[in-house]
Amino acid sequence: MTHKINDELVVEHNRDGIDRRGFLKCMAWAGTGTLCVMQGGILKSYALSQFDESNRAPMAGDLYFAQISDSHMGFNKPANTDVVSTLKAAVDKINALPAQPDFLLHTGDISHLAKPEEFDTVDQILKSAVAKDVFFVPGEHDVIGDDGKQYLERYGKGSQGDGWYSFDKKGVHFVGLVNVMNLKAGGLGTLGPDQLAWLAKDVAALGSSTPVVVFAHIPLWSVYPEWGWGTEDSAQALALLKRFGSVTVLNGHIHQTMQKVEGAVTFHTAASTAFPQPEPGKAESPGPMKVPAEQLRQMLGITDVNFVRGKQALAIVDTKLG
Amino acid sequence: MNGKKTLYVCLGVFALMLANAASKADPQPAKPPLAPVQVNIDNFSFSPATLTVAPGTTVTWTNRDDIPHTVVSDDKTTFKSKVLDTDDTFAFTFSKPGTYDYFCSVHPKMTGKVIVQ
Repeated sequence: MTHKINDELVVEHNRDGIDRRGFLKCMAWAGTGTLCVMQGGILKSYALSQFDESNRAPMAGDLYFAQISDSHMGFNKPANTDVVSTLKAAVDKINALPAQPDFLLHTGDISHLAKPEEFDTVDQILKSAVAKDVFFVPGEHDVIGDDGKQYLERYGKGSQGDGWYSFDKKGVHFVGLVNVMNLKAGGLGTLGPDQLAWLAKDVAALGSSTPVVVFAHIPLWSVYPEWGWGTEDSAQALALLKRFGSVTVLNGHIHQTMQKVEGAVTFHTAASTAFPQPEPGKAESPGPMKVPAEQLRQMLGITDVNFVRGKQALAIVDTKLG
Repeated sequence: MNGKKTLYVCLGVFALMLANAASKADPQPAKPPLAPVQVNIDNFSFSPATLTVAPGTTVTWTNRDDIPHTVVSDDKTTFKSKVLDTDDTFAFTFSKPGTYDYFCSVHPKMTGKVIVQ
C-alpha cells in the first residue's frame, strides 16, 4: 500500500511552533518508506523516491548512525526462505550509503529461535559492515528458552539487569532498553521497576538540551495493543525524558516503518531485514506476511539517522532493500 | 421360620448386600486410559482457547503457525514448554482438578485455559 504525501506540508504554527496539521498527516503508516523530518517545529515529509542514493545530499551532520532490526536469523518459511541474503543486502545497503555511519544499532530479534548458530551467523554477516561498532537490544525471540542467558553472554557486556545500558556519542546520549523479559499473560512489552529506576538515575545529571536517543525492541508507544504492539509502562520512561528538548525513540518488532511525533519526542519503528508483517488490524494476526517474491525486498529495509547540532530533531531516513 | 431366624437371614442378606456394594466401591486398578486431547496453535491463537477435560487427561499442543510459540502456565511453574517451532508439540497430563490459565511467553497476548473437572 503506497501513501503519497505532499512535500512541504502545511506550516501552521501555534504558540509552541509545532505544525500540528502536518503532524497528523505524517502519522500515516510509512510502509513503503516515507521520511518525516521535523526541524525547528516545521514538519516536512518526502516520499522515499526523492531520496535514492543519486540525489541525496551528503550527510553533513555531527553524528550519523544506522539501524537494522528483526533479522530473525533461522527463519526459513515462505515469507522469506533466505534471511541470510536479505541481511547481507541490508549490510550492503548500509555500506553503500553516501557517508559511513559511525556505528549501527540492532533493535532486536537478531535470531529467530535464540540458537547459537543463528547468533553466530548474524555476527559473521555484520563483520562485513564498514561500521565496526554494533549496539544491540534483545527481541523476544532472542531470549526464548533461557531467559536471555545467551543474549547476555554475547551482547550484554557492560549492561545492567536484563541487558539495559547507555552510552554517549558526540554529545548525544543513547539508552538501550529491554522490554521483552518477564512478559506476563495477556500483557504487552514491559520495562519493569528496576529498569525504570536505573533510567531515572542514568539521565538525572544530563542537561535538558542533551539530545537523547532511546532504543528498544517493542515499540515504546501504543501502536496496536491487540497484537501486543506496545509497552505497558513506557509512559513512566517517557515521563523521565519529558524535560529533554530532543528525544528520539527507535524501535523494531512490528516489521514495518511507522513514525509519530509528540512534542519533542519522535518515535520511529524500523522495517525488518527478514520479512514484513501486516499493518495493524489488516490481517488475522501479526505473523509473517507473504508477498510476491519480486516485492519482498521493497518491504524490508534499513534506517539511517542524522544528527545536526542545533536542530531539534534527528533526521530519520528509511531505505528499502529493493 | 421363627422371628429370630428371619432376622438373622435378613441381616445376613443385608450384610451380603453391603459387602457386595463395598467391593464394587474398591478402586479398580485397570481403568481404560482417557483419550488424548489436541490444542492447535495457529494465527497467534490457541484453539480451542478454553478446554474442559477430566483429571488424568493428556493435552497435546501442536504449533501449526509459521512463527514459534511456547505454552506456559500463568504461574510459569506448573507447565512450561520449550520453544515450539512449526509442527513441534508439547504434552502435559492434568492430574489435579482446577483451572489452568496459560499463555505464550513470546507473544503474551496469546492466552488459553484448561479446566480440569
